[in-house]
This record gives sequence, C-alpha cells and structure tokens, in this order.
Amino acid sequence: MTLNNWIKSGSPWIWLNAGAIAISMIMVVGLLALILVRGFSHFWPSPILMTDLTTQDGREIRIVGELSRSQVLPAQVLRDAGVPIDDDIQLVTRHLIKQGNRDVWGRDFVWYPETGMGEWSYPRNAMRLERREWGDFYGFPVRILEQGRTVAEGDSLWPELQQRIRRANGIFDEIRRIERREIGNVNFRMERVRLNERRLDLQFREGRIGVAERDQGMAALAAQRLELDQEYAVLQERLDALYKDVRRDTLVAQVMDGREWEIPMAQIIRAVQPNSMSVFSKTGLYITQFWEFMSGYPREANTEGGIFPAIFGTVTMVFVMSIIVTPFGVLAAIYLREYARQGPLLRVIRISVYNLAGVPSIVFGVFGLGFFVYFMGGAIDRNFYPEALPSPTFGTPGLMWASFTLALLTLPVVIVATEEGLSRIPSTIRHGSLALGATKAETLWKVVVPLATPAMMTGLILAIARAAGEVAPLMLVGVVKLAPTLPIDGNFPFIHLERKIMHLGFHIYDVGFQSPNVEAAQPLVYATALTLVALIVMLNLTAISIRNHLREKYRGESD
Amino acid sequence: MDGMTTMTEQNTMTHGVTAGLFENTERKRLRLADETIALEVQNLNLYYGEAQALKSISMKVAAKRVTAFIGPSGCGKSTLLRCFNRMNDLVDACRIDGKILLEGDDIYDRKVDVAELRRRVGMVFQKPNPFPKSIYENVAYGLRLQGVRDRKVLDEVVERSLRGAALWDEVKDRLHQNAFGLSGGQQQRLVIARAIAIEPEVILLDEPASALDPISTAKIEELIYELKKEYTILIVTHNMQQAARVSDYTAYMYLGEMIEYGDTMTLFTNPRKKATEDYITGRYG
Repeated sequence: MTLNNWIKSGSPWIWLNAGAIAISMIMVVGLLALILVRGFSHFWPSPILMTDLTTQDGREIRIVGELSRSQVLPAQVLRDAGVPIDDDIQLVTRHLIKQGNRDVWGRDFVWYPETGMGEWSYPRNAMRLERREWGDFYGFPVRILEQGRTVAEGDSLWPELQQRIRRANGIFDEIRRIERREIGNVNFRMERVRLNERRLDLQFREGRIGVAERDQGMAALAAQRLELDQEYAVLQERLDALYKDVRRDTLVAQVMDGREWEIPMAQIIRAVQPNSMSVFSKTGLYITQFWEFMSGYPREANTEGGIFPAIFGTVTMVFVMSIIVTPFGVLAAIYLREYARQGPLLRVIRISVYNLAGVPSIVFGVFGLGFFVYFMGGAIDRNFYPEALPSPTFGTPGLMWASFTLALLTLPVVIVATEEGLSRIPSTIRHGSLALGATKAETLWKVVVPLATPAMMTGLILAIARAAGEVAPLMLVGVVKLAPTLPIDGNFPFIHLERKIMHLGFHIYDVGFQSPNVEAAQPLVYATALTLVALIVMLNLTAISIRNHLREKYRGESD
Repeated sequence: MDGMTTMTEQNTMTHGVTAGLFENTERKRLRLADETIALEVQNLNLYYGEAQALKSISMKVAAKRVTAFIGPSGCGKSTLLRCFNRMNDLVDACRIDGKILLEGDDIYDRKVDVAELRRRVGMVFQKPNPFPKSIYENVAYGLRLQGVRDRKVLDEVVERSLRGAALWDEVKDRLHQNAFGLSGGQQQRLVIARAIAIEPEVILLDEPASALDPISTAKIEELIYELKKEYTILIVTHNMQQAARVSDYTAYMYLGEMIEYGDTMTLFTNPRKKATEDYITGRYG
C-alpha cells in the first residue's frame, strides 16, 4: 500500500525526470570538461626529465624527454608481445616518454618499463626546441656557430641563442611573406595572362576575332608576361639572398646518448628550458603557444603548427552557407505558409521538406558531388571558363559547392522555423494592414516578414550549429587536408568561391586518424575540438544576440 | 400631465440600463428619410459553408452619423460590419449574395478593387493592433502604401491625424518611438489615427473599446463624437450604454437577422419589438 501511495504521490515521476536531466547534464559537462582539460593542457610546458635505464640485457640507456603518460599493465601482455620479463612479476608499470629528435632516432614516442629505471632528475639546462621540421628536439645546448665559427658557449650561450633565433625567425617571416604574398600574387597574375592567351586563341579559332586582333592582344599579353617575369626574377633574387642569410647560424646540441647534433638556426621556432622557468614565464609561453596554434599555419602533415586556415575556412563556409540558405528558406516558407493552397498536396510537400532534415548527411555529400560539382560546375566551366579547360575551375570540389551542399542540408531547419514564426504572427496585425488598403504582398513584406525575422534567426542559428559541425559531406564537395591558399585574399575578386578549403571538423578527423604520428597528434585533436566547439558557440552567440535585438525591436506582438 | 409623468417613470423603471441617458441631452429624434445615405445594404445573405450567418439584411446607413449594431454574441453584427470593407473575403468558406452600395456603387461588383475599397472604408478592430513600427510610421503606413514619399506631406498628415484622434499632445515628443510603448487606450487611438490618415469616407469600429479601461473608453467615445462631423461611422458594441451614448441610429440583431433598426432614442426608449425591449432591459436569455 505504501508503495502504491508513493507511486500515486508522483514522486517516482519527479525522480525519473530529475534523473534524466541529471544524466544529460553529467554527460554534457563531462564531455566539455574532457575537451577543455585536454585541449588547454596541451600548451602548458611540461618539465624535461632525465634518467638512466638498465635494460634486461644489461645495456645502459640515458633517457631525456617529457613524460607523456604512464600505464600499469599485466606482465603477460608484454610477454606475449615479446618483451622479456621475469616470471614472478605480475604487473608492470611503463612510461611513454616523448624523446623527440625524430631525425636522430626515427621514433619520438617510446615506452620504457619502470623496472631498471634510475632516479628521475630534471636538469636545469635541458632544452626543448620547437622546429619547423622533424618535430621537437630535446637535448642540451653546447655552442653556437656562425658560418662554422664558434661565437658563444657556456653561460653566454642562452641569451645569444634567443637573440639569434629571433633574427632567423624575422628573416624567415620575410621569406614566408614574399613567398606567400608577393610571389603568390605574381603567380596569380601569371595564370591570368595564360588564361587570357588561351581565350584569345579560342576566340580566334572559333572565328570570333581576326588575326590582327589576336596578334595585338597576344603582344599586349606577352608584354605583361615579360613584366611579370622580371618582377619574379627580382623577388627570387631577394629570396636567394634571404635564404643565404638565414642559413648563417647553427646551434650545436648534445642529444641524450652524448652525440653532438647540428641544427640550423632557421629550423628553430623556439628554444625553451622548461625546468628553469618560473610559473610566470611558463604562463607567458602558454599564451604564446596557444596564440600560435590559433593563428598559425599547419606544419608536418598537420601534426604541428596552427589551425588558422581551418578556422578561417569553417567560418567562411558557414557565412557563405548562411547567405545562400536564409533567403532561399525564407522564400520557400513564405510560399508554403502564405500563398500555397492548404491541402493534401501541400501536406506531402511539407512532410518531404521536413524529412529532408533526416537524410544522412553523406547522402547530401554524394548529391552535392554529382549535381553541384560535376553537373552545375561542369556547365559553368564549359560556358564561362573554357580557356582553363581541361583543368576545372568550378567543376571541382570547392568552397561554393560545400556551402551549397550544406545550405541544402540545413534548408529544412530554416523553412520549419520561418513557417512557425509566420504562423505565430497574429491575424489582427495582418487584418490591420489589409484594412488600410494594403495588398497581400504589401502586408507580407511591410509587416509580416519583419515580424518573423526573429524566427528566421532561430532557424539560422540551428542551421549554423548543424553546418559548422558537419564533416562527412564536406569531404566530397570541397574540404581538403591542406589547402595551399585561403578562400579570401588580396587578389581580385577577393573571395574565391572555387577554392578548396580546410575545415575544423575534417581537421579533427584528419589529425586524429590519418596522421602518421598518433601520439603527437592526440593533444591537437582535443585542442582542435575545443576550438570547433568554441567557434560554434561564438557563431551562435552572435546570431542569438542579433535575434534578441530584433525581438526587442518588435517586442509586444511576436515571440 | 400626470399621465406623461407616469409614462416617463415607467420608462425609467423598465429601462433601468439606459435610465437617465437621454434626460440631460437635447437630442431630437432623427429620421432616416431626412438623411443623406452613405451606404445601402440590399437583401444581403452571408454563408459560412452551409451555415447562414446573415439573413436577408436590408438597411440604409446615414452619412456623417454614428450607426451602432447591438445584439448578443454570435448574432452576426461583426460579420455584417466586415461586409462593408469586404474583410470577409479573407475567410475561405464565406459566400455572399445581395448588394452593398457605397455612394450608389455595389462594392461586391467584380470590377471593384478591394484595396481601393478598403481605403474608402477604414476599419478599427477590437484589440489594438499597431504595427511593430514607430508611432509616426504607423500613421504614415497607409500613405506610404499609396506611394506618398514627400516628408512634408507625411509630417502634416501624421500631425493632423494624431490631432484628429486626440493623441497628438500625448505623443508629439516621441513620434519615432515604438508604438508598443503606448498604453492600450493610446494604441487604440493610434489605430484610429492610422485609419483616418488615409481620409476614408466610412469608418468601421468593431468593439473599439471592449479591451480598454473606463477612462480610455470615455476618450474613445468622445473621439467618436468628434469624428462623426467628417466621417460616416459604423460601430459594433456589446455595451448598450455605449451604443445609447454615441450612436444616432441603432440596429438590433439576433441570430443573423436584423430585428429592429431605427433612431437610437426611439429604439432605446420605445422599441417597437418585444425582443428588442427584452434585450435592452436585460431580460434576454
């Protein structure tokens, strides 16, 4: 009876409901916490440890590196894997050490068993170098060479090293700038000259222009080309000089087995001695590294460096998608709600549109590739870019088609939200306008649609949230592992819709699963995931604040 | 003499609702035959699908007078009002036969432009329904629809209309603020200003004060009194005192039929039909 009463009192319901929300909260918080902790901790400089290990067969190994993680395993697992372990040992502790120096050893993450390991020490002059190639370097600085001549060692070495790294990096930035911006610009114009030549040629062969016209045009283009060649030669000369300059200095460092190793200064991005750093300077380093991750370009098959192109690509794509999907969805919703005759046919159409949202996204990808890229893109190329064929301009995956595919994917969301908004607008307002002699169209555009804008923004918010996190269809219609250029730059027409882009979601997949160096990539996966989540939150907050502003404006009659 | 006094007392007693309403006013009895006719309804029938909502209504509406429609809920008075500017066209299943003549022309003629008709016959609804725009833009809305862009003209009309709706002094300093910031009564007067801005010939008022407090109601009633100098006004109301106070002619409707129609004073003090008297004295139902 008491149980019966308890059920009747409704408490089980409350427990059930509260339990459901509690579990959801735990999952969401747990997910965010994991991403936050792993994502943010990656940039904190960890200490460099040094220890000596006596192996089973009696060899002595010195280990220098960062502790990545530790594990306790049943000994049998290792024995099965062929590691000799005494029979009386049940559990084995082992440590994954990031010892870097991929150019020296070939492997930068190595497992070492704890048995036979000596005391751990943290030598103050242990050094970590962040390099442009081969990953991090761990060792001890010995001397600095300038064109083969020793210029610093001992105490004076460290400040001298920092200063020379700064100098080398300054030159390197200049090289990068010339290569990326100026030579990129020359190449862009050169390509245009080539295309113009082909166009003239095509027009001549189709009989649309005469010989004289063609020759005149060709001469002008040849002059342009000559000019560009000269420009290029000047830039190349400057580059050669800079390259020579940047190769001037070398750092000699001792690696963990005692060998000396020469590292060109131009290779080094940063040198730190984390064991002798204060918390304050560690924080500074943390911020710098975090900033470089956000603003830098990826290196080493995306396992190092930054993710700026991916952030940029994601944001650009979401914007282009919004520009496509909003008017399209709003117009469709207005027709469905305001003009179409309500009946069975309309119901079928509406259900179909709503169900579009349930179609697996990869299907949209396949459709986008078949319809947008090959059919529409191919047609655009044949009609507007014949001079570039056979290499496609729009007939290949790119930003525009990725945006179109996502727009199609998110269209139902916008339509549903807008329809809902339209249906919530009180008929008294419509009647008020009609009673003043407005036609239906005037009433719609002057009164009803403005009132429905907050609902449209709601649709857009949902669309952005969905689109920014989508990966599967994008792999087919325009997102690549590494895009050589950004979709927006200083060359006319500034927004290059035909270019391939990088995307955070795909970047996570690529770094996490396609990378040759899993251990190095893992923290980057979390950091990138964190960025993606933060980006979506930011885009949404922007949209929400716009919506609230609109709501405030139309307060009183709309939701 | 004695007989007359008894009659008046009797009237006062029987018609408790309207008692005293006409005592201090110098209202004379009006006759439709003396009036200019603005609107004429000829044998109007209206159906919602199968159901007939208006049954062979015929009436003449006097120009520059206030004509009130009273009757219990669902009697068809609002439906009839909406026939005058063809708002019933918006209801899908609504069908109408019969004629309504506005200055002699049938408004249900196929050649009539409905938008143009609604410019001539303005309407104010039960609930204030300002647009989500500024006060100024609300009033200017109708003119902008007609393509008026001249700022001077707009300014002038907005001021004149707001003055006409007795709202100018209250809002002249915040013309460009959102209309939703106004009180309910002010909103309703704004809606009236919006209606008179396009200078209609007829104004339809559908229970204009039923959502308002007594003070706002009084202001609306005063306004109606002012407006009838220039406009023909048709008003639907639930409130019989209001009908008695503001109208010159009153029509009592019941179940889609027009039971009695005539000059207000006569209808309230000396109704010809028993049904009318029962309704007015509250014995209805």
